[in-house]
Amino acid sequence: MTRPATIETAELGLDEADLSLMLTIRAFELKLLDLYGKGLLNGTTHTCLGQEYIPVAMEALLDPRDRVFSNHRGHGHYLARFRDPAGLLAEIMGREGAVCNGVGGSQHIHRDGFLSTGVQGESLPVGVGVALHLKRTDPGRLACVYIGDGTFGEGAVYEAFNIASLWRLPLLVVVENNGIAQSTPTSRHLAGSIAGRAAAFGIRHRLIETSDVAEIRRTLEPLVSRVRSHATPLVVEFVTRRLGPHSKGDDTRSAEAVRDLREQDWYERCAAADPDRFHLLDAQARAHVDAIAAEVMARPPSRWETR
Amino acid sequence: MRVGENLNTALAALLAREPNLYVLGEDVVDPYGGAFKITRGLSTSFPDRVLSTPISENAITGVAAGLALSGDLAIVEIMFGDFAALAFDQLLNFASKSVSMYGSRLPMRMVVRCPVGGGRGYGPTHSQALQKHFVGIPGLALYEMSPFHDNLAVFEEMFARAQPCVFFEDKVLYTRRMGAVEPPFSLTVSGGVARVFLDGSPDCVVIAPGGTAHRAMAAMRSLLVEEEIGCTLVVPSRLYPFDELDALEADVRTARHVFVVEESTAGGTWGAEVAHLLHQRHWGRLARPVTLIHSADGVVPTAAHLERAALVNETTIHSVIRETLRG
Ligand SMILES: Cc1ncc(C[n+]2csc(CCOP(=O)(O)OP(=O)(O)O)c2C)c(N)n1
Repeated sequence: MTRPATIETAELGLDEADLSLMLTIRAFELKLLDLYGKGLLNGTTHTCLGQEYIPVAMEALLDPRDRVFSNHRGHGHYLARFRDPAGLLAEIMGREGAVCNGVGGSQHIHRDGFLSTGVQGESLPVGVGVALHLKRTDPGRLACVYIGDGTFGEGAVYEAFNIASLWRLPLLVVVENNGIAQSTPTSRHLAGSIAGRAAAFGIRHRLIETSDVAEIRRTLEPLVSRVRSHATPLVVEFVTRRLGPHSKGDDTRSAEAVRDLREQDWYERCAAADPDRFHLLDAQARAHVDAIAAEVMARPPSRWETR
Repeated sequence: MRVGENLNTALAALLAREPNLYVLGEDVVDPYGGAFKITRGLSTSFPDRVLSTPISENAITGVAAGLALSGDLAIVEIMFGDFAALAFDQLLNFASKSVSMYGSRLPMRMVVRCPVGGGRGYGPTHSQALQKHFVGIPGLALYEMSPFHDNLAVFEEMFARAQPCVFFEDKVLYTRRMGAVEPPFSLTVSGGVARVFLDGSPDCVVIAPGGTAHRAMAAMRSLLVEEEIGCTLVVPSRLYPFDELDALEADVRTARHVFVVEESTAGGTWGAEVAHLLHQRHWGRLARPVTLIHSADGVVPTAAHLERAALVNETTIHSVIRETLRG
């Protein structure tokens, strides 16, 4: 599978494949919460409910040879890139066929240029190192790092911004600003603004408030192309919504506040736009994820052989 | 040749040989060439790959990990090893973990160089022997520079491990000579371990990594002359993990008294880990538990007389060995 690094605008619409992928990610995350609720999953997980459209929109702007760094809330990032719910669920459940043999679990995944870690901010300097490598050996490719708003509390973010800007490196930082970090609202953890922080380092910043995948791609395509052609960093900040708990059963927000967020969800908007098609695709996605879950749960435990 | 020059030559040789090797650190480019001048000349020969960085130990180490992840090789110079504390997350939670936490072996070729130790009056935050803080981390190997180990060979070994390594360089060694041993002592180096020994069987074995080896040798000479105590010195290049104990243990197998010397202050030391290992394997034969010799329990003071009193030196080593053997 090879795709060109720049994509014609005409190809950028929300087609059925995009919608199916968003619905599959949603069904996957809901399934996880369901399995947790039944005591069938070990450890913890962070679902990206409400944020599914971001990696789906970004994926069309990325090249398979770009490197993607994900974080604790990374299932959508992985699924948008590899469309492999079985491998990811097997990883989370420690079953045969797990992407990382069950060692990494939900927040430590590595596969073909994709890597996630569970320590906030840590992947930014690593992404800078990868961008330095790409600039020399594979010009036109970039390192894309997903982080949340809360992660702007980490000093590593600024050390990395500084070096990426100084050394003119192809680093694309995708900020999923969902207005909250675990239990702390952005207004209580972030002074100034993310735009201001990017500006302080001379890094271009773009705010995206829509969840319309086609519009997002249209807006970002020239900016992402510039990251490649000029080897220069870019911060893209999505104003988004976390609909679920931080991990599981730990939502401190009022039911009313969460209901307000639901009303702004892409899911409601897309359902209203084309109900028949939407519900058909949604039913298919859920059935697909149900079947995968049943199949994965029946597998034997994963084995960790090459240490 | 001086130890610092040997290290500088090794880095130049590696940069020439490995087109994907980067050297990163604060103030490492010419004409400054690093706080201890170890990188002098390198940026002139390899301007694209020897890079002075902002004062960002976390990021520099993360950048090195990103390069290693991409198949490159990276060497980071931490100006004073003490500042590796700011790189600890990248080493503990990213670089070393990445070797195995993704379920299959991920090669990571990177070395973090840490100038350590006191004796130069730099004070409590610029004089620590930090080795003990890095012991026991899965996927992280620890090496120490010594006058008996050619640095090029040591770096080749570290990169061949394909896992992150921390290389501790006792600052006082930079200006000392490589491999100097005077009669009646002889020197052999094999399996990463240097031995300094006398003819005949010794009264005790002294394990002392690079930075303390010359102090141990001075003590061995005075113990021989004044007390007729014969010691064998064992200087390992790799501190951790102890994956091939054989070379380190060869002398211990026939010894009844073993000492471990290190500059670290007391508490949770590397020597305690060595002692534990030797006790497990040789307890029945040892005359007494392995004796630890290290610096005093406290910060490393600045004033010369205070620093001298705090740090392990040839007098400390001499008197501990004499008292232990003679009572
Ligand atoms: C260095 C570090 N500190 C704390 C945590 C615990 N933690 C995990 S996720 C999280 C909140 C992160 O918030 P944000 O970056 O906004 O991302 P979001 O969870 O909203 O997606 C915290 C505090 C961590 N993983 N790493």
